Formats: sequence, structure tokens, C-alpha cells
Amino acid sequence: MLDTQTNERRLTIARAMAEAIQQEMQADERVFVMGEDIGALGGVFGNTRGLVDEFGRERVRDTPISETAFISAAVGAAMDGMRPVVELMFVDFFGVCFDAIYNLMAKNTYFSGGNCAVPMVLMTSTGGGYSDAGQHSQCLYGTFAHLPGMKVVSPSNAYDAKGLMTAAMRDDSPVVYMFHKGLQGMGWLGTEEGAIVDTPETGYTVEIGKARVVREGKDVTLVGLAMGVHNALKAADKLAEEGVSAEVVDLVSLVPLDRETVLNSVAKTGRLIVVDEDYHSYGVSGEIIASVCEHDVSKLKAAPKRVTYPDVPIPYARHMEQFCLPNPDKIVAAYKAM
Amino acid sequence: MATRKTTKKPNISAEELLEYYRDMLLIRRFEEKAGQLYGMGLIGGFCHLYIGQEAVVVGLEAAAEEGDKRVTSYRDHGHMLACGMDPKGVMAELTGREGGYSKGKGGSMHMFSKEKNFYGGHGIVGAQVPIGAGLAFADKYQGNDRVTFTYFGDGAANQGQVYETYNMAELWDLPVIFVIENNQYAMGTSVKRSTKSPSLWERGAAYGIPGEAVDGMDVLAVKAAGQKAVDHCRAGKGPYILEVKTYRYRGHSMSDPAKYRTREEVQKMREERDAIEHVRTLLLEGKHASEDDLKAIDKEIKATVNEAAEFAKDSPEPALDELWTDIYAEVS
Ligand SMILES: Cc1ncc(C[n+]2csc(CCOP(=O)(O)OP(=O)(O)O)c2C)c(N)n1
Ligand SMILES: [Mg+2]
Repeated sequence: MLDTQTNERRLTIARAMAEAIQQEMQADERVFVMGEDIGALGGVFGNTRGLVDEFGRERVRDTPISETAFISAAVGAAMDGMRPVVELMFVDFFGVCFDAIYNLMAKNTYFSGGNCAVPMVLMTSTGGGYSDAGQHSQCLYGTFAHLPGMKVVSPSNAYDAKGLMTAAMRDDSPVVYMFHKGLQGMGWLGTEEGAIVDTPETGYTVEIGKARVVREGKDVTLVGLAMGVHNALKAADKLAEEGVSAEVVDLVSLVPLDRETVLNSVAKTGRLIVVDEDYHSYGVSGEIIASVCEHDVSKLKAAPKRVTYPDVPIPYARHMEQFCLPNPDKIVAAYKAM
Repeated sequence: MATRKTTKKPNISAEELLEYYRDMLLIRRFEEKAGQLYGMGLIGGFCHLYIGQEAVVVGLEAAAEEGDKRVTSYRDHGHMLACGMDPKGVMAELTGREGGYSKGKGGSMHMFSKEKNFYGGHGIVGAQVPIGAGLAFADKYQGNDRVTFTYFGDGAANQGQVYETYNMAELWDLPVIFVIENNQYAMGTSVKRSTKSPSLWERGAAYGIPGEAVDGMDVLAVKAAGQKAVDHCRAGKGPYILEVKTYRYRGHSMSDPAKYRTREEVQKMREERDAIEHVRTLLLEGKHASEDDLKAIDKEIKATVNEAAEFAKDSPEPALDELWTDIYAEVS
């Protein structure tokens, strides 16, 4: 991956995540990793590849298929001075272990009056687009972000992936780290070139709770996260061809949510479109729009729009799923309908 | 796995053996075809093939009676074919077409047929286990005298809900047979690496549920054990556990790097323990069938599978309107 000519290290998100964990494990004995097939297999989505070779099975622990037990066990270990990094293979599987996540991981800090912090990272894959139907393709960003007590991040590129992972492992609060399968750089899931970016070898953190303007513009603000950012950037290219200047905001974190960056952008452009692969209703898109309206509705020159997944279980048939997913053309159309 | 004890079963008729042969071969050829269609891009997502495990469902279906129920995981194609679902409808679901059992909405992991008492196809590991208990509960409540076959894997056997279900099923004497298809791996994790109590059926003892381990590469042994389990359930004695020792020849799904076991291990299983070869040998050695007879069966099955594949390719894609149907039950 080393590009000697430009001195760039272009990594996939999968590699960037693994590198962040590797470096933190070297620096901090308390960090350990567990999950299903995260050892020799390196994780189904490649984000723990190589770790077991360097750190052994004691610290890189394959678990039985017992999500409730190993995620709750991570909560226990975290309260007892460890720094677990735990993988829930697909976010959809939260159904079998959500008590561990939102009643224990997310609430023990509060219920102990701050006595028992739960410094752990729960990493989990999101997203569809490859015909895996509705128990393996959801995003559920809103579901996790809705519940107080856990931070939630979702990188759109390898640079952020590494920095966010390092920040998450150093955070004394639980962090849910949601990575989109389509951005992992696994050939069989398709490859989003825009996610593979220059990623410094030396460790660094990306601040949790800070959004970023990834493209400046003046006519409309496109807000997205993870895959949504790439769709927004492609839409911005298309809009530019028609003389429309779109600004793109990458949320990076959902909790805490950097409303300020969004508000500043909308104050400048006066128009807002939120791109979210999660279900349409009760989610991130609604929250962003509400935040803008609540703050100062007079900044808006038009009613905001959202390009989201319709409120239907995700179907298997390829053309049905593709029809539902956000894409650049839908964003352009949303702008034109404003 | 122990080497095969030769099952000398003189009372097995030629017809019965031929039926097992046919049913197992149908599953194998169907799965091979599904693998091809996947390779051609006609099937998407994760597709979990049943190749190697055919004797499990075929043996147990032989012990089932009309009206008995079954529920399983995502590795479900074999179960559907064995209970008499139409290969065309199954294959068309794999290709996501209108003619599929779920109208293309479910895909490989999510299919159902109330008509054939097949209650899915479930993608969440272990989820089908309590569902099976619920089916059995409904039957017992309705006084149906029916039995439910609840299939799950060695990996699923480590899910907590399995044990919650065991306890309830025994407490309520539910007519449910828990079939643990122990194919020795859960994705890349072997049973040895996931538990220190590898005799999975014995875990039922803690709840008072009887059971046994069965050689899952021997369809006759599976059928015999299935019969025993069915009799137990139908006599109102509550649940029964069958741990069927089997082996999957292919990867966990079509995108499995397969680094967790050696090629030799798979090869050895195929050569020495193959369930279809076993029946083939019994047929030929017992002079129940000639090579020509078996060739004719092969041909017939190939035709059925090809027909299913053609149907699955030709069936139209579901109309986009269908996205918004079936989310809630239709008003009847
Ligand atoms: C709750 C849950 N956890 C994890 C997974 C991912 N997963 C799918 S299949 C599988 C392995 C299951 O193995 P086993 O139960 O032995 O069944 P087999 O695939 O061998 O038929 C895993 C971990 C899942 N689908 N659901
Ligand atoms: Mg298994």
C-alpha cells in the first residue's frame, strides 16, 4: 500500500482500524480485543487482521457465539480496569444483546455516580448494498445515538477511522464505533475509493464529537456520515457541473453531535439535505433537521430534505434494495425539488 | 468422528434406500447449482450451502409424519427441499425473483412455507430455537399430536437463548426435537475452540432432557434416532435432543477464505464418509439397484435442478410496488 512516489500511506478503513488497535495494544497493556472470529480470521471485515499474531490469543480472544455474555463481560472487565475492544459482527445482531449495551454499558457510569466508568469500545459493522437482506444490512445509527450514555462514531475514511479508534480506546466512556461494510475495502463488498486515504503511521487521535466540512460550498449543505459522505461528495460533483456549489459536512460522530458545524454551514448556504442510509423516520436525518429548525428557522431558504432509506425492512432482491438506497442522483433530485 | 460402523439393516427396503439416495442427491445437485449461479452473480449476499450434511435432514424427514413442523437457520436450502418445497421456488428466491417463496424479499436465509410446515430460514444465530419451542407449544395447546424439528448448529449451541428454551421446553413437556447439526465449525471457529464441553447433546441433562449423539453421515442411523425422538415426543414425554455429527464440505458461505481447516481434512471426509456414497454402496452391494438405475436417477435429478435454475433465471424481478406490501399483514 505504500506509495513511495508521493510518500502517502493509503490505507483501507479495515487496515486503519487494525493499525490503531495494534498501536494502542503496544502502548497499553489493558487493551484487549474480543469477538467472533476476530483472531485467526482477522474479523469478517478485516479490522483485526494480524493482531492475534502479534499479541496472542490471551489478548485477542475469539469468543463463542454468545453476544450477551461477552459484551456484558466486557462491561465487567472495563469496570475493573481493563480497556476492552469488542466486536459485534453485524449491528443487526444487537437484538440478542442490547441489554448488555444500553442498560449496562451505557448506564453503569451514571448509576454509579461516576464511580464505575466503563471505558470500552464496541465496534460493529453497518450498511447494505450487497443483497444480504434485512437482518444483515441495517445501519441503526439512530437506534444507538438515541440512547444516552454511549458515544457513537462512524468514520467515512481511513484517516478518521484510525484517529477515531485511537480516541475511542483512550476515552473513559463507552464508544460505539460503527463502520460501514461498503467502506472497508474488502473486495467482495465493493470498494469505495474515496475511503482509502493517506493515513499517518504515527499514532494520532481524531476528536470525538467534531464534524468536519469536507467540501466547501455556498448554495446547499449536504450532511452525511460514513457512506452518506461519499454519496454527498459525488452529488456535489454533479451539482457543480450544473453550477451549484454544495458544501458537504461529514458528521464523523453522532454522539456527541456537533450541531454547531452544521448550523454554521446552513447559516451560510440556507439549504439543507441530510443523507442517511438508516431508516427515514425517527433517525439521524430527523435530528439534524430538527436541530437546524429549532436553532433558527429563518436561516432556511427552503424546507430541508432528507435522502434516506424508506421505512421498510431491507429486501433481498438486488434491484429492490438498490432502489431504496441513497445515491448521488437522489441527492441531486432532492436539491432540484427544493 | 469415529469410522463408520457398518449399519446392517436387512429390514431396510430397496425403495426406502432409493428414496434417501434421491433426496440427498437432489440437495447436493441443487446446492452445486446454487454455487454456480452465485459465481455467475445471479445470487447475492451470503449463501450458505448444505453440501455434506444431506443425510441429516433426509434421515429426519424420513422419521417425520405429515403435519410435523420444522424450523432452522440460514443454512436452510436442504431442509426446504427435504420437506417437499418446490426446488423452483427455492432457487427463484435465491435469485431474488417474483417466483421465489418470499417473492424475492427474503433471499437465501429467509424463506417459509406454511403449506409444508417449514417455519424459516433465520439469519440470527440461535433465534430459531425458541421459535421451535413456540411451534411445539401451539401444537400441544391445540392437541395436534405434532412434533417440531428445531435445527441449529454447534455454534448456535453457545447462545443463551438455547438454554432458556431447553428449560421451558422440558418444564412444559413440549413436543420439540432439538437437532444440533454439529458440522464441527461455526464460521472459522471449530467446536474445540468454542467449548470445553464438546458433547453438545449432554447439556440437555442439566434440564432433564434426554438425547443422544448420532452419526450424521449415515442416513439410516439418523432415521433410526429420529424415530426414537419422534416417538418420545409424540408419547407426550417432552423434548428430545439429537446431536447429529456431520460435516460441511464447502465454506461457511460463498465468501469464506477457509483458512481454519486443511484441504486434507475436507478431502478425507468426502472420500471416507460421504453420506451419498454410503447409500450408493448399500444400493449396489445389496443389488437393490444397478449402475444404470442410479445413472437414470442422476439424470432425472439433474433435469429437476436445471429446470429450477431456468425458472429462477426467467422469473421476473419483483415489482417495486412490492417493497411496501407485506410489511404488515393484509387485512383479511
Ligand atoms: C446472533 C448472531 N451472531 C453471529 C452471527 C454471525 N454468524 C452467522 S453464522 C455463524 C456461525 C454459526 O455456526 P453454527 O451454528 O455452527 O452453524 P453452521 O453455520 O455451521 O451451520 C455466525 C457466527 C449471526 N448471524 N447471528
Ligand atoms: Mg457449525
